[in-house]
Order: sequence, then structure tokens, then C-alpha cells
Amino acid sequence: MTEINGASVVIVGGGVTGLSAAWWLAQSGVDVLVIEKGIVGWEASGRNGGGCGHVTSPLYAEMLRLWPIMDELLGYPTEFSANRIHLAVTEEQLTVQKRSAAALNPGYRCELLDQKQLRELVPLAGDNVAGAHFYHFGGHANPHRTVQGYAWGMQDHGGRLMQHCAVTGFRTEGERVVGVETERGLLGCDQLVIAAGPQTGHLSAILGQEVPMASARAEMIVTEPLPLMPYGGVDGNGLHGRQTLRGNLAFGGGPHEWLELPEGGVFANPSTPLMGHIGRRLIEMMPKAAHARIIRSWAGVIENTPDGRPVIDRLSTFPNVLVATMSSVGFGLSPSSGRAIRDVVVDGACSFADISSFRLARFARLEPDWRELQGWVALATEDR
Amino acid sequence: MRGLAVVLIDENPVLFKTMCDEVPLHYGQGMSSAVRNRNAMIEAFVTSEPLIQAAFEAGVDVRLGTTCWGLYANGPGVHWLPGTVAGLADEERGWLIGAEHVIVAAGRRDMGLGFPGWEKPGVIGATAAVTLAARLGALNPRRVVILGTSAEALSAAVALHDAGVEITAIVEQAAEPVGPGHLVTKLRAAGCEFLTHHIVREALGRESVEGVLIAAVDKTGRAVGEERRIECEGVVLAVGTTPVVDVLAALGCHIAFQPERGGYAPVMDMDQRTSVHNVFAVGDCAGIWPEKSLDRSIAAGEGQRAVGAILGDAKNYELTEVPEPDVPTYDISAYRMAWVRASVIEARAEFHVCQCEEVTAREILEVRPPRYLGWQGASRNDRSLFSLLDKAPPNPDHVKRLTRAGMGPCQGRRCREQIAALLALQATVPLGAVPLAGYRAPVRPLPLVIASQLLETADQARHWELWFGIPSQWQSPCEIPEFFTVATNEVTSRE
Ligand SMILES: Cc1cc2nc3c(=O)[nH]c(=O)nc-3n(C[C@H](O)[C@H](O)[C@H](O)COP(=O)(O)OP(=O)(O)OC[C@H]3O[C@@H](n4cnc5c(N)ncnc54)[C@H](O)[C@@H]3O)c2cc1C
Repeated sequence: MTEINGASVVIVGGGVTGLSAAWWLAQSGVDVLVIEKGIVGWEASGRNGGGCGHVTSPLYAEMLRLWPIMDELLGYPTEFSANRIHLAVTEEQLTVQKRSAAALNPGYRCELLDQKQLRELVPLAGDNVAGAHFYHFGGHANPHRTVQGYAWGMQDHGGRLMQHCAVTGFRTEGERVVGVETERGLLGCDQLVIAAGPQTGHLSAILGQEVPMASARAEMIVTEPLPLMPYGGVDGNGLHGRQTLRGNLAFGGGPHEWLELPEGGVFANPSTPLMGHIGRRLIEMMPKAAHARIIRSWAGVIENTPDGRPVIDRLSTFPNVLVATMSSVGFGLSPSSGRAIRDVVVDGACSFADISSFRLARFARLEPDWRELQGWVALATEDR
Repeated sequence: MRGLAVVLIDENPVLFKTMCDEVPLHYGQGMSSAVRNRNAMIEAFVTSEPLIQAAFEAGVDVRLGTTCWGLYANGPGVHWLPGTVAGLADEERGWLIGAEHVIVAAGRRDMGLGFPGWEKPGVIGATAAVTLAARLGALNPRRVVILGTSAEALSAAVALHDAGVEITAIVEQAAEPVGPGHLVTKLRAAGCEFLTHHIVREALGRESVEGVLIAAVDKTGRAVGEERRIECEGVVLAVGTTPVVDVLAALGCHIAFQPERGGYAPVMDMDQRTSVHNVFAVGDCAGIWPEKSLDRSIAAGEGQRAVGAILGDAKNYELTEVPEPDVPTYDISAYRMAWVRASVIEARAEFHVCQCEEVTAREILEVRPPRYLGWQGASRNDRSLFSLLDKAPPNPDHVKRLTRAGMGPCQGRRCREQIAALLALQATVPLGAVPLAGYRAPVRPLPLVIASQLLETADQARHWELWFGIPSQWQSPCEIPEFFTVATNEVTSRE
């Protein structure tokens, strides 16, 4: 292999955000290099529920267009499956659901299922279910396959990837970042994209304009495979998740635990007995799965901005640096977030959506103690 | 003097249906129907170990037939737990108990080793075979071939022989037996044939194992010469005895490849303390070496040292010196890899290395998506293991995510060491360079209906969210104010 000496565009972070951007850039013929401290998708991008949601995002329409053709575009399977069902176990849940269904943009189709349809579409659900809505949009995909699909797809178009290589700092000249310092030396760049998930905050702070972020742990469980239901993307009863195309039920939800960034930057990702509570909600919703066995649980750390909305913007301190975080809904939106990043890097503006609401300047007046004010702080305990 | 309150958890005797799932050991469907008789099994299990009775009499709260499927403690990344907690389950109930100290004595299991036909009933891990034959009197096959000649393999052979199982042959790919000579002599005297430089080419039989085809191999692991059929009802896999580190690894204890301890084993101090300060590991799960496998006082001594550390009065236990593992007489990394090369890579037909998810060695090394996705023929689907690598050895979890190898309900028990060896062979690195594939709770498959019984605090229920519950996340972009501050943002400010 030839020694890598940088690239026209260097991307910090091999999660879905960085990799999708790299894939889009590589397709446009841009010389791009992704630097990842571990293995691609090792953090949230490989630990999430695979849901393709967030209907109020300006990137949503483009996401809906792209997901059904992603396998073909990437050349690798993503296991995308279209549509979602929202189950309500109680009447209260149904009321809330009806309210959000009514508030939907009229362009999106959604209908209330009758009991017979419900039993056909979600055979694992019980007779106790109060009701369910079928959403003719959204869907779910396999995070692991999608992450690797972006990485391989990018490499197929000449993009490069360095794994096991942490970015430790930046080299600047005037108002430009000219290189990134890494465990494997200095790598030059004309433009830099920071898509480092929860670490985006601290890396941007080094460059003088911090993306305010807080991290939280979330957990999921997965069961042994069960017979496939006609639709796997079923949410409800406080849970989000999917039945995988193999048949496993993979569901998550629960109280999130706010965390400090760990020293050394590597999250421990422990799961907790929350597993059982997720399990209880799952069988309230799908009692016919009660005897299915949980075979794993896991946790992942999620990035959040103060208003829970993305940032895709250039730093005012170093305009050749773009910071990108999707604030906790980054998996589903990744096909279009990568395209938006590509557009900003190459053309200076997003061609297919108005992403002005992703600007970083909206936090210019943010209280310094915003985390405490919002209650987004880590519990204090001694470590073992 | 009053002692500490002690609860002793043991999943044995394991239920028939759990054994059918190859949990917690590789039973290979080799158990007889005697296992269905619960009372008889409990009696057999208790009788097989006099210390169980002693523990009862000492007032220990002994819980047999109870699994510990998880240990949890506050640490990096989690702060909300009330302390150190063990997740337990029996046939009907799931619950948590707190503990000031935990001693894990989870024992050993065997590395799986595939060959065509290895999915047939009768191909059994050595630990499972010995447990069934010698402790429970419930092993079906009466005539077996044993693979492997380490001290652990040979003592399993002796135990099976003593339990009345006929050992037709002991097969070893290496040039010489790797275990102690006195056991080789003893087994030879008992009429066992040693076939070195040999491997099993195939397990034969319709419903279950009826025989094996064996062949000689050359130094590179290739089969040479005539194949020979040996009649037997079972094949006992004893090529790699490994510490059961699942519950320790899932907790986050530091686990490292230590060849002198039989592979991946917890890193401990002189008191058997793991990297989690109040969690200790003793017995086989803390490390397996020849002398320890032959002399149970070494494991007992580990238990005493842990207790001494917990009570803070180590002197009372007259500990002269801490026995160190013997220097291994053979290179376990090279040895296990040689078995996998000869048996799996050089196999004459494809078979499933991961039986749960039906993944072949080739699919693992070519990082193929699972067959049910229908991508076998895709033109760009020609990636190899090397397409994942960059200046680091292959990571089995990365491969698992893409191929599903090790992802099934047996939780990788039959394939994880084999996959690690395959990856090491392909990347030409030693076995210890391949990271340990992750363990996650529950380390035993746990029915939802049992897991769902764990007590949920009111506080947890109150803060339950499907997602973060940040209202501004769901606003339409046009409603977003020019500046976000907590004070001006009604939707996110808290009560
Ligand atoms: C349990 C769970 C469930 C979720 N469910 C969903 C869902 O259903 N739908 C959805 O859309 N989203 C979901 N999410 C959120 C989603 O996973 C994230 O929003 C998304 O993966 C973020 O991607 P990212 O690439 O921006 O960040 P990350 O995945 O965090 O990737 C950032 C990468 O940068 C690397 N990095 C960091 N610092 C450095 C450095 N200094 N040098 C080099 N590399 C560095 C990290 O190692 C990491 O790989 C879920 C998350 C979790 C944890």
C-alpha cells in the first residue's frame, strides 16, 4: 500500500455521517480520506435501532427517495425495508398516536389499521393492542451492513479509509486548517469535515468554535430469530426497533443516562438490567413473542445538540472546516446527510434542501451551563 | 464467629431443553433421556461433588438449577446502578440480587472444531461429555473418538474411560501427544489407540454419529494417504479447553490472551481479584493449565485466596506461595490454529462453522452477506477479509456483524474460538492477536417472559422515553428560532 499523505478532503469519523459524506464525495471524483479511531461504525452507527425516521427533518424527503435505491447505488445490501407500523398498547398511547398522525404533513400517508389488518401485519401482537397506525413511509435498515456499504462503496470510487487511527489535533495556517495530526502522523487537507459523533464538540472546540454537545447512553436488546412478520418496522409502547430480516426482534428505549466524554475518547458501552424492562414492554406489545429468548443486549453513546437538531455548517473560525452531527437521528437520515455534506463541501450549498436550520450560529447565545439547565448531566459516582 | 452471608449459584443440573440448545456447553445432543428426570439429576449432581453438601451444612444459600446470566456494576459509562448486581434466573423466574463481593467460578468449556458432519448428534465438547458421563451418568454414546491430546484432553479421556465409555481412538494432528506422558501411557495400557498426525475427515451416520473417517495429515495439515473408517457413536472435541469468561467479560473485567492460562482469561492480582475491585475469578475460569487440571487443590487454593482477600485476613489461610501456571509444553496458539487449518480450511467439503446462522468458513473469510439476502451472485460482492483490515488484526465482532457468524442463539459457544483461529490463519497473525469476540448480557439465552420480571423502579418508569423526548427535535425547521437558548426555549426547558 502506498503511504497516505492526506487528501483534498479529510473526514474525521467513520460513522454513518462521515462515511456517507465520503461516499458521496468519492462519487463526485473528490479525493477523500476518512480517518477513524477504531473500526468503522464501532460507535452509535453500529449500535442503533436501524430506524429511518425523523419526518420533520429538511433532509427527510431526499432520504425517502434514496433508501429504496441505496443497495443499487452502493453495490452492497443494506437490508432496507420500507414503511413503519406504530402500535398502541393502551388507549392513552392511541390518543397520542392519533394526534401525531393528524399533525402529519398531508404529503405523507398514514392510516389506522383495523384489528384484522393488525393481526395480519403484526402476528406477534396481542389482542390487547388498542390500535395501530400504518405509515406508508419511513422504514428500517441494517446498520452494520449500511456502514460497511458506505465504506466499501467509497473505496470502490477511489476514496480511502484509515482505521485504528485517532485524530489528536490540527495544523492551521491563518484561517485555514491545512492538516490533521494523527497517531500516524500529519495528514494534509484542503478541506476538513468533522463528523466524529459525540467527539465533534471537543474537536471543534480545539478550532475555536465549539459545537455544543452532550452524550447519553441508550440500550437495546435482541432476541433469537422468530418467523418473519410481513412488516418488521414496528414501534410502540415506549420502544423503537425492528424485526431484522433474519427474524430477530431488536428493540430499545428507556431512560437515557447522560455521560461525560471519557478520557482517551473511547466509550465503554456497558449495558444494564434495563434489558429486562425493555423486554417487558416488548411482550406487552407482542405477547406472542413472550417465550422468545433474548440473546444479547448492548448500549451505544448518542450525540445530542442542545435543541436536538443537526449541525451541518462551516466553522466561522476556520471556513475550510465543516462540522456535521445529526443529533441522535443520524442513521436513518445518513443517505441524505452525506449528500448535503458533499454539496456544501463541493458547491458551497445544499442543492436539494434548505438546511439553514442546521447552522451553528444558532447557539451563539447559548448559556454556558446549558447542560445543567436542561438536566443533561452525568450522575456522580465513584468508578469501580 | 459469624461469617458472611453467602449465596452460591450454579446452573447445574442443566435442563434437558437448555442442553438441546447447546447451552452452556456443547452437549452435541449426546445426553440421554435420563436428563429429563429432574430429581434424579439433582441427586446425581449433588452426589458427584461432596463439597455441595458441605456448603449446605455450613449454611450457604445454595441455589442449584439457577443461572447467573449477567453481572453489573457502576463504572465507566454507567452510574445509575445501586451497586454490584447479579442477574439470576431459574426455570420460571428472573430476578436481581445485590452483592458486596462476587466470586466467579464459572469453569471451562471447549473450543468447537468443525469438519464435514460435525453438526450430527454425537459430536460433543469434552467438558459436556465428562459432565454427562461422569457426573450425571447420562451420556448416550458408549464408544467415542477423542480429538486432542493436551492434559485436559487426556484427563477427559481417563474420566470417560473410568465412567465406562469405550475410547476407540485418540486423534491428534500434531506429530506427538502434547499432554503428559504418564497419561498417554495409562491410556495406552487401557487399550486406547493414539493416532498422531491424523484428523477426522468426516463424521458419518444418518440420525447421529455412527463412525468417522480419519486420515493422516502432512506438516501443512493436508490429508495424505488412505482414509480409514472407525466405528463410534461419538466424537469428543478436546482440542482447546478454555476458561468460561463470559460473565466477567460482559461486566467489563479486563480479559487478555494468556496462553499459560488456556487462552483468553481474566487479568487478576495475587488475590484472584479481577480489574473490577470486588469481583474475583477462581478455578478454571481464572485459567487452565496442566498441573491445575490434574490437581484440584490448586483451584481450591484460588478460592481460599479470594476469600482471604474479602475477609481481609489472608494470614489465616496459611498461604505459602501462589502457584504459577506451568510453562506450556506446546504453543497453544499454533496448536489450535493447526487443528483449524487441517480440519476446517483443508476440509474436503464445505460445512457450517457457525451452526446457528449456517455460515461456512469461506463465507466468513470472504465476508459474505448471509445467503437469505440473496446477494451470492452480485458482481461487486467479492470482498475478502482484507477489505476490512487496516494496520490491525481482524476483529471477530466486525466479521460477525457482516456475516452473522457467532450471532445465533448458542451465542457463539461452538464457533467463537474456531472463527478466531480462522481469522488468525487468514491474516497470518498469532491467535492472541485476534481480539476476544464480545460477550454481552444475557450470557445465557433468556426468555423475554423471564427477563421481564426484573424489578423496575418507579423512577425508571417515570423517565421512560422512546427517544430523548426533546420537543424541539420534532419541530418543523420553520419554527426554529434564530438563536437557541435554554431560557427562551419553552419546549425544552424542564419542570
Ligand atoms: C441504541 C441506539 C439506537 C439508535 N437508534 C437510531 C435509529 O433507530 N435511527 C436513527 O436514525 N438513529 C438512531 N440512533 C442514533 C444514530 O446511531 C446516530 O445518530 C448516528 O449513528 C451518528 O452517526 P455519526 O457518524 O454522526 O456518529 P458516530 O456513529 O458516533 O461516529 C463517529 C465516529 O467518529 C470516530 N471518532 C471520534 N473521535 C475521533 C477522533 N479523534 N479521531 C478519529 N475518529 C474519531 C468514532 O470512533 C466514531 O466511529 C441510535 C443510537 C443508539 C446508540
